[in-house]
Formats: sequence, C-alpha cells, structure tokens
Amino acid sequence: MKNTRNLKDIIFKNLIKLLTNISILVLIGIFLSLIIKSAPILKEKSIIEILFSTKWQPFKKEFGLWTFIISTFYVTIFSLIISVPLCILSSVYLSEYCNKRIKIFFLSIIDILAGIPSVIYGIWGVIIIVPLIKNQIAPFFNASSNGYSLLAGAIVLSVMIFPIIIQITVQVMENVPRELREASIAIGATKWETIKFVVLKKAQPGIIASIIIATSRALGETIAVLMVVGNVIKIPKSVFDPAYPLPALIANNYGEMMSIPLYESAIMLSALILLIIVLAFNVLARIILIRIERKS
Amino acid sequence: MEQKSHIEAKKLNVYYGNNHVLKNINLQIPDKKITAIIGPSGCGKTTLLKSFNRMIDIFDEVKVTGEVLFDNENIYKKNIELTHVRKKMGLLLQRPFPLPMSIFDNVAYGPKIHGLKSKKKIRELVEFYLKETSLWNEVKDKLQAPATSLSIGQQQRLCLARGLAVEPEVILGDEPTSALDPIATRKIEEKFHQLKKDYTIVIVTHILRQAKRLADYVIFMYLGELIEAGPADKIFNEPEKELTKEYIKGLIS
Ligand SMILES: Nc1ncnc2c1ncn2[C@@H]1O[C@H](COP(=O)(O)OP(=O)(O)OP(=O)(O)O)[C@@H](O)[C@H]1O
Ligand SMILES: [Mg+2]
Repeated sequence: MKNTRNLKDIIFKNLIKLLTNISILVLIGIFLSLIIKSAPILKEKSIIEILFSTKWQPFKKEFGLWTFIISTFYVTIFSLIISVPLCILSSVYLSEYCNKRIKIFFLSIIDILAGIPSVIYGIWGVIIIVPLIKNQIAPFFNASSNGYSLLAGAIVLSVMIFPIIIQITVQVMENVPRELREASIAIGATKWETIKFVVLKKAQPGIIASIIIATSRALGETIAVLMVVGNVIKIPKSVFDPAYPLPALIANNYGEMMSIPLYESAIMLSALILLIIVLAFNVLARIILIRIERKS
Repeated sequence: MEQKSHIEAKKLNVYYGNNHVLKNINLQIPDKKITAIIGPSGCGKTTLLKSFNRMIDIFDEVKVTGEVLFDNENIYKKNIELTHVRKKMGLLLQRPFPLPMSIFDNVAYGPKIHGLKSKKKIRELVEFYLKETSLWNEVKDKLQAPATSLSIGQQQRLCLARGLAVEPEVILGDEPTSALDPIATRKIEEKFHQLKKDYTIVIVTHILRQAKRLADYVIFMYLGELIEAGPADKIFNEPEKELTKEYIKGLIS
C-alpha cells in the first residue's frame, strides 16, 4: 500500500517536472528557430535600419518594419484607451454597487465572452463595426473611411480584452478588506470617496497587472484585427485610416512569395520582434503580480 | 442618570436575517466618560457598538427596529445625512487598518474629505493629532512612508489619530487593543484616560481587567440582551443580576 503510494508520488512529481521542462524547451526552440531563420536578413542589413525604416518593398530588398511596429502599438494603445476606463467603471459597478445576482450573471457572461474564438470577433467587426465606422462614426467627424481602419481594429480588440481586465479587477477589488472600507466610511467618507481613495488605491497594482496582461494579449491578437484593420502599408494619420500591425503582416504573407530572396527571413524577423515584445510585457506582468502577492 | 447624553438607544432590535442579534436594547451612554461594553463572545457587543454610528447596515442585509438617538436625532430615520453623524464618532477596530497611503495622508484623509483645503492647516492638524496620540516623535521623520510600515501598535495609534483628526465627539473602540502587546495596550489605555476629558468613549472589551482599569460605566450584554448597565463600581462590586455576578466571577465566558 505504502509503496504504491510512494511510487505514485514519484511518478507524479517527475511527470510535472517533465511537462514543465517541455514547455520551457518549446519556448527556447521557437526562439532559436526564429533567430536562425532571421539570420540571413540580419547579415545584410543592420537591425536598426530594419526596425526604423518605413520602406517595405520586398522586390527591392527593402524590409523596413517601422510601419508595422507602430501600427501594432497604435491598435493596442487605442484599444486600451477604449477598454480601460470602461472596464474599471464596470468593475466598480460589479464589485461595489450591484447586487450579488446581477454580478454573478454578468461575470458568467464575461466568462463566455472570454471563450469566444477570435475569428468570431473578427466577423462581428466586419459585419457591425466596419459599416458603423464607414456610415456613422467617420462622417460624424467629417472624415471619410471605408470602415476598415485603426479604429475598427481597436474596437474589436477592446471588446476582446474586456474579460481579462474585468475579471482580474473585480477580483482584486473584492479582496480589499471590508474593514478598510469601514475605516474610511467611519470617518465620514461617502461610498464613492471610499471607492476612489481607498478601494481603487489598494487595488491599483492588481489593476495595472490586469492591464499589462490585456496589453500582451492585444499585441499578439492576429486574426480578428487582421479582418477589420485594412492592412494598408502606411503609417495611419488618423484613427479612420487603415493600419497594418505585425501579426497581420506575418499571417498575411507567410508562405506566399517565398521565392523573393530574404522575404521569408524578414517575416521571421518580424515574428521574432513580436515575440520579444509580447514576452517583455508578460515578464512585466509577472513581476508586478509577484510584488502584489508579497505585499498582501 | 443625571448626565446629559449624546447617545441613546431606545427599543433597539437588530436582526441578521433570522438571527435576532440585539434584543430590545435601551441605554444611555454618559458623556465624557469611558463606557465599557462587556459580555461573552457572540453576545452582540460589536453589533451594538457599530449600531451607534450606523455601520451595521452598509454591507449586510440587516433589519433594524427602534431608535439610536445621537444628539436627540434618530440616526436610523430616512434621509439622514450619515456622513455628518459618522464624522462625529471615531471608530477604532480590533486590528488597525491603515488606509493605503502615507502616514501623513492617513491623518489628513478625514479633514480633506470634509473640505479642508489649506495645506498649512492640514499640516498643523496632522502634527497636532500625531502628538495627541504620542506618535509624532516616532514618525516625524518618515511622514511620507506608507502607513503599513509601522508596527501594529503604532498603526493602532495612527488609526486613533486618523479618527480624532475629524474632531469627533465620541470615540468607539471595538476591542481596540486585542491585537496589541501589553506595552502598546498600556499606551492606548493611557490615551483613553487622557482623552475622556474631551471625548465620550465607548469600548468593547472581553478583558474584564481592562474594563476595570478603564471604565467609568459598564454595560453587560448576554445573548443579545442588555442584562445590566451602571457605574463601574456598582457593576463590579455589587451587581444586581445573577448573570452579571457569574460573569464577573468568571463563571461564564
Ligand atoms: N455580518 C454578519 N452577518 C451575519 N451575522 C452576523 C454578522 N455579524 C455578526 N453576526 C452575528 O451576530 C451575533 C453577534 O455578533 P457580534 O459580532 O456583535 O458579537 P460580539 O459580542 O462582538 O462577539 P465577539 O466577542 O466574538 O467579537 C453573532 O451571533 C454573530 O454570528
Ligand atoms: Mg466583536
């Protein structure tokens, strides 16, 4: 009896160890193969030139990635501008104001939202958001747009990151001890003052972490954005202009036109850059989360 | 009772759902005295204390009947301006809960939300109340440090300073020394002794000796009922009720 239990223990321990190691190996493997594949282009051109040039003319061996990098950041930042304030307000409502039943109802809907495949979000964007921008929003601002735009990408993306921010924010707000709220209210603060100065303040690190996690998700989101963002290689001058983020570049071009020299290598390099950006954000998120855990 | 009284409960009943927690409480809290609420665990001491500044019905489904009069106004009537009522009563909890901000801002929090703008006045207030709670010398060089960096005893005095800074008339303490070591406890008790000149103090305690050390007036609760209330001398030396006698002797706890 005892022996089999020990045996199970050992097997299980080694199994988890193995699985953990495999996942690390996979990551290293991806990294290595991307580095090897992007080596040819790095031999011909300096990384600085590739990163900051806006010329993308594969036939002339021009592979400037700046337009794509900046589009990636634009789409991400605008999606955060839309979603962060809305998410924080919704979280305040869900955690502080509404009754339990409404909260459970909304949180389960948000759970479902989190599980919807991104291609569905893309279709929703094409059917609803793109025409809305073309026919209503852009004309309202005296701009002309065919709808496929930075704004469309940002809106679709913002809806996709709602669940991440709301789920985490509601949770950290609920973890703020009740006595802390009592302390503030006992001094004569109103409920809103208490939320603003005490609850949100206390929850701030967690909220920031949720935003970072959402950001890393937004940076890498491919298909839904690709479907609505227009994919024109030009730095957008307004939110109604089309954009062309890195993930879309990779997804649209990989496997095509591979006969052009250095083309594949350039695409691989963009993948490597994207990976590095996303990893950096993830590491940041981990560090912040660890800090929060240590504090509490 | 000959004293005029700030706080008075009349036929106060409190229910958590079906749990009848306070049963027909009638009492008056004497002004500028220390009143101790004693009684075994679960008898409703905390609930009674928090009913005085209406902190019981914020987070929970609670039914309250009867009245708590504060300056002759029933604080359970509709449309009452509760922020003003609460401002007049500082609450000190079992464990200190400093707000997530600096030491300075913890004390400045109350005056600021009640509309004090002048930076200079705020600074004076903070210094005054940190001195009042004997904390000034320990923290004057790190006023901007987070309040959580203080020891528990210091935190409790900070919470006292935070409560005093809105210039209340009453201090409510729910076992305010139960998380503290004997020395920190002494400091808080000394503070209460000094403060009763200017404030009406009500504390909940389950330590009979602390009640004896501090209280001028004692309220004995048992299973949600007020069994006996009166001057400390009388309750400790010649209680009228059998239950009180047994509790004082340590037979029930
Ligand atoms: N938030 C709440 N929800 C439901 N019931 C509660 C709540 N708070 C207290 N009670 C119940 O009310 C009764 C009195 O609780 P209370 O906290 O006032 O007792 P207490 O005398 O302060 O006890 P202790 O000495 O252990 O602190 C208990 O039976 C308790 O279970
Ligand atoms: Mg209690």
